[in-house]
Amino acid sequence: MTEQASQKPKAQLDAEFSELYRAHLRDVYSYAYYRVGDHHDAEDLTEQTFLQAYRHFERAQRESDGRPLRPWLIRIAHNLAANLYRDRSRKPVSPIDDTTTLAATHTTEQLVEGRDELSRVLDGVQALPDDRREALIMRFALGMDNREIARALGRSDGATKVLIHRAIKQLEEIVHD
Amino acid sequence: MTEAAPNFEGLLREALAPVEPPADLAVRLESTLTSITEMAADELEAWELSAMRDPRNWARPAAALVLGGTAGAALVVLRARRRAHGSPASIDGVREVAERAVQDLGREARKLLGDR
Repeated sequence: MTEQASQKPKAQLDAEFSELYRAHLRDVYSYAYYRVGDHHDAEDLTEQTFLQAYRHFERAQRESDGRPLRPWLIRIAHNLAANLYRDRSRKPVSPIDDTTTLAATHTTEQLVEGRDELSRVLDGVQALPDDRREALIMRFALGMDNREIARALGRSDGATKVLIHRAIKQLEEIVHD
Repeated sequence: MTEAAPNFEGLLREALAPVEPPADLAVRLESTLTSITEMAADELEAWELSAMRDPRNWARPAAALVLGGTAGAALVVLRARRRAHGSPASIDGVREVAERAVQDLGREARKLLGDR
């Protein structure tokens, strides 16, 4: 009975999915780009993330208990990215494997102005272990809070807080070395 | 020479600035999602007319299958279209894209059916 009551009309689900898509397209694309470091792969990953999300949206909504769905979306992208590299039988040297492209896309103005600090930071991000790098992408590129990152990574809030703290510390050492 | 060091987290935030998706990706993805939802709605309408009393018994799984298949097919079409744009238009190129699209469609279908 309650199960039936919780069923939403399809039109409503579609409208809610559309809202989710519009709210988080940039988040998913940013994550994908920093994760795979290439615009073509990032586009593919973004498309696949939303198509997969659409297929499982109703269940995700039921299970989310009203919590934001962004961590769920990012987790889909995270898993798809992992599959992408597994399928290609190669591990990325880093999620940002094309520094030239990255610099041209994100930091052109600053670099032109002589602020190469940013490129050192990006190089440092590349050098971090996977989990620390992912956490920093989620925090700084997507502006996710600890709780959201914890859900996306499947960790506890406490462990995530420590992970981010250590990631920043390590990155700072790399950059100022 | 060296600027006053901003706080490190600020620098990190600046370095990892959000990336705007290419405009054509947004347009393409939106139209794909729209066509998926519209097609699925049509299918649902047909099913639900004859299964109004308890659509969950059979209409939803059937519609989900249609919907999933459509999503896979739409993605395949998108990829084929992108490949076609990326290469010069030639008969061989078109044939190659079509062959790859058929192979992709087969793979997507297997994935979708394997999912259920």
